[in-house]
Amino acid sequence: MINAVLVFNNHGKPRLVRFYQHLAEEVQQQLIRETFHLVLKRDEHICNFLECGSLFGGADYKLIYRHYATLYFVFCVDSSESELGILDLIQVFVETLDKCFENVCELDLIFHMDKVHYVLQEVVIGGMVLETNMNEIVAQVEAQSKLEKAEGGLSAAPSRAVSAVKNINLPEIPRNINIGDINIKVPSLSQFM
Amino acid sequence: MSDVVERTLSALPALLGPQHPAAGPGRLPATSRLGSLIRSITALTSKHEEEKLIQQEIASLKAMVSAPTTTLRLMKECMVRLIYCEMLGYESSFGYIHAIKLAQQGNLLEKRVGYLAVSLFLHENHELLLLLVNTVVKDLQSTNLVEVCMALTVVSQIFPREMIPAVLPLIEDKLQHSKEIIRRKAVQALYKFYLIAPNQVQHIHDKFRKALCDRDVGVMAASLHIYLEMIKENSSGYKDLTESFVMILKQVVGGKLPIDFNYHSVPAPWLQIQLLRILGLLGKDDPRTSELMYDVLDESLRRAEINHNITYAILFECVQTIYTIHPKSELLEKAAKCIGKFVLSPKINLKYLGLKALTCVIQQDPNLALQHQMTIIECLDHPDPIIKKETLEILYRITNGQNVTVIVQKMLDYLREGKEEYAVVTLAGKVAELAEKYAPDNGWFIQTMNAVFSVGGDALHPDIPNNFLRLLAEGFDDRKEDEQLRTYAVRSYLTLLEEENTFYPQKFLQVMIWVLGEYSSLATDVDPEIILTRLHSLLKKTFVTSDTKAWIMAAVTKIASRTSCSKTIDKLIKEFSSSLDTCMRQHAFELKHLCEDKVLMKNLLPFDASCNDVVVDASLSFLDGFVVEGLSHGAAPYKPHHQRQEEKLSQEKALNFEPYGLSFASSVSSSGITGRQSPTGLSFGSDTSGNSAETGHKETNTLKLEGIRKLWGKEGYLPKKESKAGKPDEPQAASCDNLLAGRVTDPSASQSDQVSSFSEEEKEKQQLASTLFVGLGSNAGVSLMGKMDVATQKFKRKSKINETQNSEEASDIQNSDASTFGPLLDTVPVNKEDCEGNKHTRLRKPSLCSSDTVEDNLAFETPQSLKKPGLNDRLSDSRLSPLSLFADSNIEIFQPSSSALCESANKTSSVPSLPKELEELPHSEVVELCQSDALALYLCKVWKDDSLLLAVFASNKKGSALNAVNLVFEKAEHFQILESPAHQFSVIEAQSVEHCQKYVWMDKICTQGILPGSISYQSEMESCLEFSVTLSLLDFIRPMEMTTEDFGKLWLSLSNDVKQNIKMLPSQDSLSAALSTLQQKLKLHIVDIIGNEGILACQLLPSVPCLLHCRTYSGMLALWFRSPCSALPDGLLYQCQKVMEES
Repeated sequence: MINAVLVFNNHGKPRLVRFYQHLAEEVQQQLIRETFHLVLKRDEHICNFLECGSLFGGADYKLIYRHYATLYFVFCVDSSESELGILDLIQVFVETLDKCFENVCELDLIFHMDKVHYVLQEVVIGGMVLETNMNEIVAQVEAQSKLEKAEGGLSAAPSRAVSAVKNINLPEIPRNINIGDINIKVPSLSQFM
Repeated sequence: MSDVVERTLSALPALLGPQHPAAGPGRLPATSRLGSLIRSITALTSKHEEEKLIQQEIASLKAMVSAPTTTLRLMKECMVRLIYCEMLGYESSFGYIHAIKLAQQGNLLEKRVGYLAVSLFLHENHELLLLLVNTVVKDLQSTNLVEVCMALTVVSQIFPREMIPAVLPLIEDKLQHSKEIIRRKAVQALYKFYLIAPNQVQHIHDKFRKALCDRDVGVMAASLHIYLEMIKENSSGYKDLTESFVMILKQVVGGKLPIDFNYHSVPAPWLQIQLLRILGLLGKDDPRTSELMYDVLDESLRRAEINHNITYAILFECVQTIYTIHPKSELLEKAAKCIGKFVLSPKINLKYLGLKALTCVIQQDPNLALQHQMTIIECLDHPDPIIKKETLEILYRITNGQNVTVIVQKMLDYLREGKEEYAVVTLAGKVAELAEKYAPDNGWFIQTMNAVFSVGGDALHPDIPNNFLRLLAEGFDDRKEDEQLRTYAVRSYLTLLEEENTFYPQKFLQVMIWVLGEYSSLATDVDPEIILTRLHSLLKKTFVTSDTKAWIMAAVTKIASRTSCSKTIDKLIKEFSSSLDTCMRQHAFELKHLCEDKVLMKNLLPFDASCNDVVVDASLSFLDGFVVEGLSHGAAPYKPHHQRQEEKLSQEKALNFEPYGLSFASSVSSSGITGRQSPTGLSFGSDTSGNSAETGHKETNTLKLEGIRKLWGKEGYLPKKESKAGKPDEPQAASCDNLLAGRVTDPSASQSDQVSSFSEEEKEKQQLASTLFVGLGSNAGVSLMGKMDVATQKFKRKSKINETQNSEEASDIQNSDASTFGPLLDTVPVNKEDCEGNKHTRLRKPSLCSSDTVEDNLAFETPQSLKKPGLNDRLSDSRLSPLSLFADSNIEIFQPSSSALCESANKTSSVPSLPKELEELPHSEVVELCQSDALALYLCKVWKDDSLLLAVFASNKKGSALNAVNLVFEKAEHFQILESPAHQFSVIEAQSVEHCQKYVWMDKICTQGILPGSISYQSEMESCLEFSVTLSLLDFIRPMEMTTEDFGKLWLSLSNDVKQNIKMLPSQDSLSAALSTLQQKLKLHIVDIIGNEGILACQLLPSVPCLLHCRTYSGMLALWFRSPCSALPDGLLYQCQKVMEES
C-alpha cells in the first residue's frame, strides 16, 4: 500500500501532500521535513529507494523518489509494493501532469493544487494504484475540466447547467479483455487483436 | 517525455522571481485570492513572517466562511485556500464542517472541491464524517455519472466503518453499472470496505468473482487488489482461481491487451506484477497449484527482455514468485541467472534489488552467494547506506560458526558509523543473536555483547539485555564453563567501570551492575570492597537514572550478604538514610536492617539463585481470614471488573437481558447473604463464586489482579497452588532452534564455483571473501548446515529449563482452560463416575435413533457434561426442555439416512465403507482422495463428540500385495493430529482395503483449511501419492448443552464479542425458523428462546465455548457472539451468514 504521496521543491516547500493513513497534523509536517532532509542529502548516483526507518511507525516502509528539476516526487510505500513499479508510477504521474497542464511546471502545481489532486485521485485511490493508463487518466480529468468550462458559461442559469452537465458523457475508450467465465478454461482468443 | 518535463521545470527558477510576472499567461487568474496569497508567501524571507501571514489569512477565511452572505462559489475558493494552508501545516479545523456543507449543497464543481477537502481534512474516525454519509447516499443514487463517480471516490478514500451498511447495497448495485469507470470505482470502494471491515463484505464474494471476469480490464485489475488481500489471509480458499489468474497473465504477457495498456511497449506491467504476486501466494508449498503456473512464469521471464526499468520490475517479481512456489529446477536456474543480471547491473537501483533477491533466496541456494561474493564484498563498502544494509542482511543469513567473527566485525563497524536509531537497533539485535548462537569463545562473546550494549544504547530492544542476563544466569550444561564465562564478564565490567568519566547507556550499566552483584564473588582475587566503592561512586553520578540506582542498591545488598562487614556499606547506609529520594531511603533502611541479621540476609539472598523458582501462593489464600472478617462485617462480595462493568452497562442502556440477567442476580445475592450469616456459609459461597480472596479485598482491587483472577475458580485453584512463579517468556533459543531446523538446505546442492584465480590488486578482497564465505564451499558443505550444527552452537541453553518452562506453560494453559468453565462447573456437583458411565454407554450403543437408547442416555445424563454428543444432546434436549420448538428437528447432518448410505455403498464396489462402530456415528460420505494404478485412497469424516475422526481407507487395486504402505499427514498450520501423524500398514493384500483412523483438532481457527499428506508404498518400485484434505471450521464445532443460568454466567465472563445484523430471508421469517437453521447446519445448541430473543451455545473442539445471542427486529437478525477466543466468533459469524443466505 502507498502510505503517502509527497511533492516538495528543492527548498523543502510542500507542493502536494496526500496521506493515505491518518496522522496528526504535526506528525505530517515532521514527516515532510524529515523526508526532505533524507532525500536532499542523497546525490544523483545512488538508489532511488531509501528506508525511512521509524518515521512511519517502525515497520518496513520505504521512500521511493524521483527528482525532476526543482521538484521531488516522493512516494512512501510499505513492503507490499514493488519498488521499480512505484518508480515508474511516479513517472506516469508526472507525465500525466505534463499532459494535463501542457508542459507542467512548479507553478502549475502551486496554483492548481486542486487539479493536481484530481489527477492523483485517478492514479492512486485510498493508497492503491487504480489506473496506470495515461490516456485514460487524462480523459477522466479532461471530462471534469470540460465540466468546468460548461459551468463557467452557464453560471447565470444553474438549472440549465446541471442538465447540461448531466448530458456529458464520460469518455469511452475501447478496451476489452475477455477473460471468459472463471471456470471455463479457454476463452476465444481470436477476439483479441 | 520526461525530458520535456525537466526542461520546463528547469526554466522555473527564472519564473519564480520576486514579481514573477510571466508565470504563464492565462494560467494565473489575476484576481485569484489564492494567487495573491501565494505571491505574498513566496515573497517572504523567514518562516516567522510566513506564519504571521498565514494566521492573518486563516483569520480572514474564518470570518468569510461563517458569514451568511458567502456564496457557495466563494466558498469553493475559500476551500482551496484552506487546503493550501493545511498543506503548509496550519490547522484550519473551523473549515471542516463547511467542506462537508459544500459537498452537500454545491453544484458539481463545488461538490468536487468539497469532497476533495473532506478527504484531505478528515480521517476515518472523525465524528464529522457521519454528516457526509447522507450526501454520499444521495449522490450514489444520482443519475449523473460524475456525481456517482465523486461519491465512489470519496468512499474509497475515507468512510466511517460503522456506516458501511448504509451504502453497501448501493455500491453493490454499481457493480452492474454500464460504465467501466463506475464499476471500477465500486470495486475499489468494496476493497476499502474489505480492509476496514472484512466481515461486512463476506457475503459478496461471488460478486468479486464477477468483477474478476469483467470484460473491462480496469475493473478486473481493481478486483485483483481484493484477491491479493484475501489470498494473503487464506490461500487455500482460492486455489480454484489459479487457472484463471494464470490465463489472465498469459493473455497479458502475450500482448492480447489493447495497445493502450502498454507502458514503454510492455503490456500492462503493473497488472503483471500484481498477478505474479497472487500466483506466488497461491503456489506456496503447493506442488499441484505450482504445476499450473510453471509455463506462464517461464514465458514471463522470456518476454521481459527489453532493457527498461519496468521490465526489471516484472523480472524481479517473477524471480520472487519462482522462489516462493514449489521449486522447479529449470525455472530456478533461469531465476538465478536473472538475479545475476540484477546484482551485476551498473544501475544502482537494480543492484539493490539484486541484493534484496539474494537475501530472500540465499537459504535455498547458498551457491548464489558464492557466485556473487565479489559483488557482495564491493557492496559492503558502498556509499549508499541502504545497499550496505542489505549486504549485511545477506551476511547475517549466511553466518556460521566459521565466519561469525568477521561478519560480526563488519556489522559492528556499520553500527558505529550508523546514525539512524531504528537501523541501529535492528542490527544490534541481529549481532546479539549471532553472538549468542555462534560465539567461538567466552572472551569474544562478552566483548561483542559489550559493543552491542554500548553502541545500541537505551533504544535496544529490552529482550537483548534480558536474554543475555538469562543466558549468564541459567548457564550451560558444563559448570566449569559457566564459571569461566561469569568470571570473565565480572572482570571485563570491572575494567570498564574503572575508567572515570565514561558514559555508558543505562541498560548497559544495569547489565554490568546485575552481573557484579550476582557473580562478583567468583573473581576471588578482587576485594569486594573495591567493587562496593565502584558502585558507590556510580550512585553519585548524575547521569545514572533512579531506575539504575535501584539496580545498584540491589547489587550492593547482594554483595553485602556475602561480606562480613564493610565500611562502604555503612557509609552508604548513612548517606542514603536521609536521602530526599524516598525510594533510595527505603532501600537504605532495608539494607540496614538486613545487615543487622546476617543469617536472615544469607537465607534471603542465596548465591547464584537467580533462576531458582520462587514459590508463590497465587491464590492469596493467606488472605482468607481477612476476607471472612470483611464479609462478616457486611462487606459486599467481590465482583470482577468486567462483571461490574457489564452490570452497569446493562442498567444504563436498559438492554433486555432478562433471560439470564435475572438468574444471575439471584445467585449473587444468595452467596452474599450466606456470606453475611456465618463463616461456614461463606466458605461455601466463596467456593462457588470462586472469589474467596477477592471477596473481602475490595479496597485493594486497584491492584492488577486481572491475570490471576481466572485461576481462582475451584478448578483452577488447586493445581495452581503448586505452580511456580511464572518465568519471563520462554528463552529465544528454543524458537531459534526451530527456525534453524527449517533452514536446512539441500547439502548436495553445494558444488561450488570457487573463483579460482583473483587478480593481484584484489587480493585483499579475496582474503575477505574467503573469510566471509568460509563454510559455504563444497568441502564445507556440511557446516553450512552448521546453522543447526549443535557443536558450533556454543551457547546452547540448558534444555532442562526449556522443558520445565514448556510444561509450565502447558499446565498454565490447561489451568486457564479449566478455569474458563470454572463458574459453570462449580454450580453443579460434578460426578465423574456418572460421566464415565455415560461415555461408556455411548460407546457401546452409539445409535441414537431408537428411543430406547435415548432413554438409556438420559438415565446416565449428568447436567454437567460439556462433552455431550451432538445428537444425544439434541434428542434429550427436545425431551427435557418444554421450550424447545424443535423436537422434530431433523438430523440430516449427523446421520445420513440409511438409504443414502446404501446408495453410496453400492455405487462402486471399491468404495469402502466404515467399520460398524463408526458407521453409527454421524459421518460424511466416503470420498476419494487420490489414486494411482496400484492404490486408491478414500476418506470419511466422522464427527465424534470429542474430536474429528478421519477414517482413511487404502484400497489395493492390484493383483498382488502392497508392502510398506506408509501414510503421513504433514504438519498443518491450523490443525493438530492427535497421537502420531503417520500410520504404517505393514501389508495390504491384493484387492483388499485397509483403514486407519486419525483424530484431529483445530489448533488455529480458520474458516477452512487444508491438511496435506502423502502415502508411499512399495509395489514394483517405491511410489508416493500426495493428497490433501479440506477441513472446515464446522467440522470442529459441536453443540454445547447448558442451562440458561449457566449461559448467563458464562456470557458475562467472556470478553471477545462480535455483533452483526444480517437480513433474514422470507423463508425464515420467524426467529424459531432462523434458529433451527443454525441448529441444523451449524450444530449449535439452542439454550433458550424468549420472545424475539434466543440464545445458543456451541464449542470448538476440544473445549472452547462460543455463545450466541440472537434477536429479530423488522426483518433483520441481530447476532451477538461471545467467546474466550477472539477468532472464533468471526469464523462462526461467517458460517452463519453463509448458512442464512443458502437456506
